[in-house]
Amino acid sequence: MKKRMRYLMSLALVTAMVVPMAACGGSSSGSASSGTSASGSSAAASSSAASSESASEAASSASSAAAVSSGSAAAAGDEGKVLNIEVWNNEFPNRLADHYPGFEAADPDDATKGGKIGDVTVNFIVTDNQDNKYQTKLDEDLSAQADASDDSKVDLFLIEADYALKYVDADADVAMPLKDLGITDDDLSKQFQYTKDIVTDANGDIRGSSWQACSAGLIYNRAIAKEVLGSDDPDTVQQAVSDWDKFNETAKKMKDAGYKITATVNDTYRVYSNNVSGQWVQDGKVVVDDNIKKWADDSKALVDAGETTTNDMWSDEWSAGFQAPGDVFCYFGPAWLINFSMGNAPDKDDDGSIAHAGGWGMVNGPQSYYWGGSWICAAQGTDNPTLAKDIILTMTTDDDVMKDIAVKDSDCVNNKTVLDALAADDSFGNAILGGQNPYKMLSEGAEKIDMSKVSPYDQGCNEEYQQSMKNYFDGNASYDEALDQFKQGVAEKYPELSE
Amino acid sequence: MEKTKQTKSRITRHNKYGYIFLIPFMAAFVVFQMIPLVSTVFNSFFENYKSGLKQIGPNFVGFGNYIKLISSGDLLKYFGNTMIMWILGFIPQIVVSLLLSAWFTDPSLRLKGQRFFKTVIYLPNLIMASAFAMLFFTLFGDNGPVNSILVQAGIFAKPYSFMSHIGSVRGLVAFMNFLMWFGNTTILLMAGMMGIDQSLFEAAEVDGASANQIFFRITLPLLKPILIYVMITSLIGGLQMFDVPQILTNGSGDPMRSSMTLIMYLNKHLFSKNYGMAGALSVILLIITGILSMVVFRFTAADEVGGRRKNK
Repeated sequence: MKKRMRYLMSLALVTAMVVPMAACGGSSSGSASSGTSASGSSAAASSSAASSESASEAASSASSAAAVSSGSAAAAGDEGKVLNIEVWNNEFPNRLADHYPGFEAADPDDATKGGKIGDVTVNFIVTDNQDNKYQTKLDEDLSAQADASDDSKVDLFLIEADYALKYVDADADVAMPLKDLGITDDDLSKQFQYTKDIVTDANGDIRGSSWQACSAGLIYNRAIAKEVLGSDDPDTVQQAVSDWDKFNETAKKMKDAGYKITATVNDTYRVYSNNVSGQWVQDGKVVVDDNIKKWADDSKALVDAGETTTNDMWSDEWSAGFQAPGDVFCYFGPAWLINFSMGNAPDKDDDGSIAHAGGWGMVNGPQSYYWGGSWICAAQGTDNPTLAKDIILTMTTDDDVMKDIAVKDSDCVNNKTVLDALAADDSFGNAILGGQNPYKMLSEGAEKIDMSKVSPYDQGCNEEYQQSMKNYFDGNASYDEALDQFKQGVAEKYPELSE
Repeated sequence: MEKTKQTKSRITRHNKYGYIFLIPFMAAFVVFQMIPLVSTVFNSFFENYKSGLKQIGPNFVGFGNYIKLISSGDLLKYFGNTMIMWILGFIPQIVVSLLLSAWFTDPSLRLKGQRFFKTVIYLPNLIMASAFAMLFFTLFGDNGPVNSILVQAGIFAKPYSFMSHIGSVRGLVAFMNFLMWFGNTTILLMAGMMGIDQSLFEAAEVDGASANQIFFRITLPLLKPILIYVMITSLIGGLQMFDVPQILTNGSGDPMRSSMTLIMYLNKHLFSKNYGMAGALSVILLIITGILSMVVFRFTAADEVGGRRKNK
């Protein structure tokens, strides 16, 4: 009897300890599943009702307000007093704080703290991007949109190319078609075609707008170029990296001189993955493209030869090459990388970076590609359609603001007129790039970008592939083993792709 | 007749208060533990996840999720990882804790500054595990301080990539768990040791027993109930190991998922809102934990329980 009591006691103890753990998964699953199953149908029904209602309302109020406000922050009086914007970093908050007329930041040093436009409070909801975290947060908030109170509704959200398709999908209908806001094709006529293609849904409606054209290039360290290649002239450098064979040869030269060709293998990933012949997911199956396989092969060779590392991007090890003198020959990136990550421009405080000394140059590199780019979408059901429209128009189409962004933030803006003017302007140069004017190159690159190989699964697939291949590069697995892990990881992220 | 009635009613009244006092616990238990537990089990029988913004399911699939989980064979691997990292951390933890608590409780040693050291060894437990892991991630990075020291001291020719080798990642996880928990275990064991009748030690000393003999013949046997408690709680804690390896490896469990624990695997499913799979995994975890705890209990408490019965 006593023995049985003891067993019972210990069992009770164990359950009491284990239960919270299972409950950890259970409580969220329980509430969420009941929540979705209960609200799933009603949300779908009410959101479709709400969307048509709010869309017509938005269209009418937008068209009436459009006459009144242009470029200013005059929100219609009957609209919401809180504007919620979902972002994954401080890039857009900074842009808005710096360039949107009438924006008063709550904290001048930290734009993500939000601020005020007129009498409307602007809140930024910042969620880290990695591992689909931002998407998960966005999914939650957007599916709760119909039931949320006006002040807690998402009004604007930003998306990246990697998962843009998911949010501009006509069936999902979470981003408002711009025409419902009163933004016409004419307004967007100066934008590059690819920036419109990617946010166009199956019905041909454009559901987002971007201020950036993210064609990218190879950003090289001028001092190292001079030492190893004999010159830091962009033409000479381009010769040395014009295709992957030459690039790999140059890597050897760099290694002999004591430099690394790139900071990590992941630097070149985007260049390969943008030049694929098909989408990641075809007919519900994950397909590894030849060019992506080539990335793994080339990178393995580079790592084995000690010409690069397997560190993660954005890690301290990766960005160490930004500091003078630097032992990394080149980084791959678009204009925003230079401005956003590589250090202070020469006219700002000296932070010991190569950027501050104007020590970078930019060339096309082995293959043309793009990277990133942020699109602004108005959330379906927003209670601030007028202000949303005005922010989208001002931040992505206004010539003066575009030029301002290009000059002050060295961003490659999504406006052909402005870019052409800057490209033709010999007096204009990017100080970080040692006075080089990269806009002609970037503008030409942007015309060439092809968005047809993008799938809604890109972020998950790209991240998993790079992560899994790290094992192959580090010698912990064969290519096939790493590939198996990649497929498993993808199936975990996207259960519908298993088998 | 009347008398018995009175006594009966008095007993019922007392019982009533017992039940009333139990209500807060029962309410909290039912709301926060019972209902989630049942719904986890319930969920595990459904296919229920999100594809993009579309909800798939819930569709009843019976034991489909369990079959998928078990047939993939990964579960065993992650279970193995978890146990290896737990054992690697637990052995030094229990050894050091036993040693420290024996010293701290030994009156003949008269250790100075006991309070100070007790606080210091407990401190790592106060740091958030994720912050601790983040700290180690930076310390042991390729360009981190540990590598620079090792290279500058001439021990390594070039930085050792701690995060790219199975042994070093598992070792770091185990080391962190050891650092975080040995203080806690020491305090528990000290409490146990101080509960042992001092006269036993004195008697042993008078009989001429050595310190080793006292420790192995008196302290350890009498400490058994506490040791079992420490073992079981640490085992369950070990099975639930999550934050340290998750942060250290950035959620990947690399190299080749050799440091992925069961809960990290669970997290992967929860992250994609795959409630069916996550539920099934949780239930399997519950069963594993139950079985393991029974095993530990049986092994360590067998003679005690058996002995009692013989006495009866």
